[in-house]
Amino acid sequence: MDKITVSHVNVYYGDFKALKDVSIHFAPHAISALIGPSGCGKSTLLKALDRMNDLVEGCHMEGEIQLDDMDIYGPQVDVDVLRKRVGMVFQRPNPFPMSVYDNVAYGPVTHGLRGRARLDVVVEKALRQAALWDEVKDRLHKPALGLSGGQQQRLCIARALAVDPEVLLMDEPTSALDPIATSKIEDLVTDLRKDYTIIIVTHNMQQAVRISDQTSFFLLGEVVETAPTPQLFSMPRDKRTENYISGRFG
Amino acid sequence: MRGRRIDVASLLLRTAMLLAVVITFAGLLFLVAHIMSHGLRYLKPGLFNWTYDSDNLSMMPAIINTLEMVVLSLLLAGPVGVGAAVYLNEYAKPGNRLVPIVRLTAETLSGIPSIVYGLFGALFFVKGLGWRLSMASGVGTLAIMILPLIMRTTEEALKSVPDDYRQGSYGLGAGKLRTVFSIVLPAAMPGVMAGIILAIGRIVGESAALIFTAGTVAQAGAGLGSPARTLAVHLYVLSNEGLHINETYATAVVLLIVVLLINALSDAIGRMLMRRSSHG
Amino acid sequence: MQIVFAATACVSIAAIAVICVFLLANGLPAIREIGLSNLLTGTVWKPLSGIYGLLPMIVGSLYVTAGALVVGVPLGILTAVYLARFCPARLYAVLKPGVDLMAGIPSVIYGFFGLVVIVPWVRTNLGGQGFGVLTASLLLGMMILPSIIDVSESALRAVPDRYFEGSLALGATKERSAFSVVLPAARSGILAGVVLGIGRAIGETMAVIMVAGNQPVIPADILSGVRTLTANIALEIGYATDLHRGALIATAVVLFVFGLLVDLAVAGLKRRMPS
Repeated sequence: MDKITVSHVNVYYGDFKALKDVSIHFAPHAISALIGPSGCGKSTLLKALDRMNDLVEGCHMEGEIQLDDMDIYGPQVDVDVLRKRVGMVFQRPNPFPMSVYDNVAYGPVTHGLRGRARLDVVVEKALRQAALWDEVKDRLHKPALGLSGGQQQRLCIARALAVDPEVLLMDEPTSALDPIATSKIEDLVTDLRKDYTIIIVTHNMQQAVRISDQTSFFLLGEVVETAPTPQLFSMPRDKRTENYISGRFG
Repeated sequence: MRGRRIDVASLLLRTAMLLAVVITFAGLLFLVAHIMSHGLRYLKPGLFNWTYDSDNLSMMPAIINTLEMVVLSLLLAGPVGVGAAVYLNEYAKPGNRLVPIVRLTAETLSGIPSIVYGLFGALFFVKGLGWRLSMASGVGTLAIMILPLIMRTTEEALKSVPDDYRQGSYGLGAGKLRTVFSIVLPAAMPGVMAGIILAIGRIVGESAALIFTAGTVAQAGAGLGSPARTLAVHLYVLSNEGLHINETYATAVVLLIVVLLINALSDAIGRMLMRRSSHG
Repeated sequence: MQIVFAATACVSIAAIAVICVFLLANGLPAIREIGLSNLLTGTVWKPLSGIYGLLPMIVGSLYVTAGALVVGVPLGILTAVYLARFCPARLYAVLKPGVDLMAGIPSVIYGFFGLVVIVPWVRTNLGGQGFGVLTASLLLGMMILPSIIDVSESALRAVPDRYFEGSLALGATKERSAFSVVLPAARSGILAGVVLGIGRAIGETMAVIMVAGNQPVIPADILSGVRTLTANIALEIGYATDLHRGALIATAVVLFVFGLLVDLAVAGLKRRMPS
């Protein structure tokens, strides 16, 4: 069964139609990539999946998005709980101006976890999953802003993992990082696949090839095609896809 | 470039500027030096006696009253001002009609001369509510006076908190209230503190509004319902009496030192804010 | 929870409403009884005889404010230009806190300083009692300097560097460039600073009372005693009753409106600053 099903979704910013009739199935425990030129709606779709678009004035959507069996825009849905189940990592690392520990503990505490001992366990587990534990275990209570860019992004991943989500959304998570940090995060994401469902927006086609199981190509707000990654990149069905991946436009 | 012909106009302008700077700061230096030199030596222990009488002319009750007034006014205006700023910056959506009205009224409040506040305080608190000349009347008036200041500085501080932080918090499933209290306000704290320090400075220096609301009795700890003079009012009264010039100078010295300290604190916070914004 | 925050935002609205109500309720009847033109143009202020002419105090406020501007504006603008474009960084770190300090010194201290230094000086060197228009102008000029300097300096700094550099590149000296190009570009901001100074000068009470003499008559010359609108209220409200009180409250209404206009003007002018 799909983890997330997007059915005939339109998203409008005021009068501007940012997403047109988008339908995609996201399988559980897989990495799905969204690729395409800038401004084509990839991030908009991502933000629709955890209802971060709700925060944008004048944004409304049509269509249905289901998480397991639940319509995430249904009237009974608690959006804070949704965002616990569906976590997000942003393009620019945005650790809070607090210690490393407090950053990771913030999510769990928000959702009701109490007790120093239990928080310690959760924080260590999340940092280990994000492959950051060894680098920060001696400076847990020092400011997070003192870490390097790559470390900050892994901290944000740890922070997202600490609430024990089912899905992890990543919006161009390595575009602001150097190649070494990028490769560390790609390894980490590949590892995470076994425990989480991951949907990643990326500008970098090679990255999609390297790590994703399924890829959707976006152009001007529409999904041109969705296919298993090896197939999309070697035998694209649509001419536009072929033009994009062969670099005829970017 | 050597051998330039002398530009008279530029020379005159330069001289005028330097003269202006010298006069301006010489004035300040002279004021501070004059008061300090005439007053420091008269700072006797008697001036800090717990009770005031016409012999010791103690300023201690006035100091205590000033402290009390600062704390109480901040307790009143602080939460209201911060809350209002939070509403304006974090909750109000674009097109909200309450916002321009609130801004206008806050702007108006900050433009009212202090004597008008004194008069209003006298009409409303002293007479209207029947609180008479008292600490309570003074605090009530002061709270309204510093409200726009706290609103404005808090709002600026909130605006300068990067939106990234809010996004990160929402993305983790925290609601708006938790985000505001756990992430945004703590991050804005230095700016809020700067505003509070400014408000303290304003209260400490205030006299016109207090004379007609809190009165001029040199007694401390008599409760909210009793009149109480602050340090600035104390200085005014002594100066008006014109009898004990040395003690008056000494009082001026103490008030000046308090103001200097408040200013130094404000500067320090300002510099900390600068450093943070270049690191963040 | 949003309601709670909205409620705190409404406190300022409530405060203004209450202030307006109380001032107008107590002041308008007096204005009606005395007559607005009598109040504003009457040259005699003798409350005990039932005569309420505010003109001497209006003139008094205007004189000392004008005097303060004569002192404060040139000094303030020249200092602001220096701080914005010519001051070396290390000196700036000393001078700028100095300006902030000037802004923070309480009125009573300025007033006291005026009383013990300026008044005797004027009396000894220029004649008269020492209390009067000149003394008040000098003192107020000093007091409004920080307002003018602060806002003007911000305005001057906000002017894009390329204007200054463009002028230099054409061979103009730094001084000419600053005064012919940067200063005019910062017009709105500097005007805002001056208007702010005017507001401060008109609204000042304590310092003026201590040095101005406070005779409720139109001053004959700059060494004569003078009473401002603010001083008028402060000096008499303690014992005024009925119509007398009403007249003073009416004065407060005038000052309130004036303060509001000044504040709105400053806000409007600041918005027109290049940023």
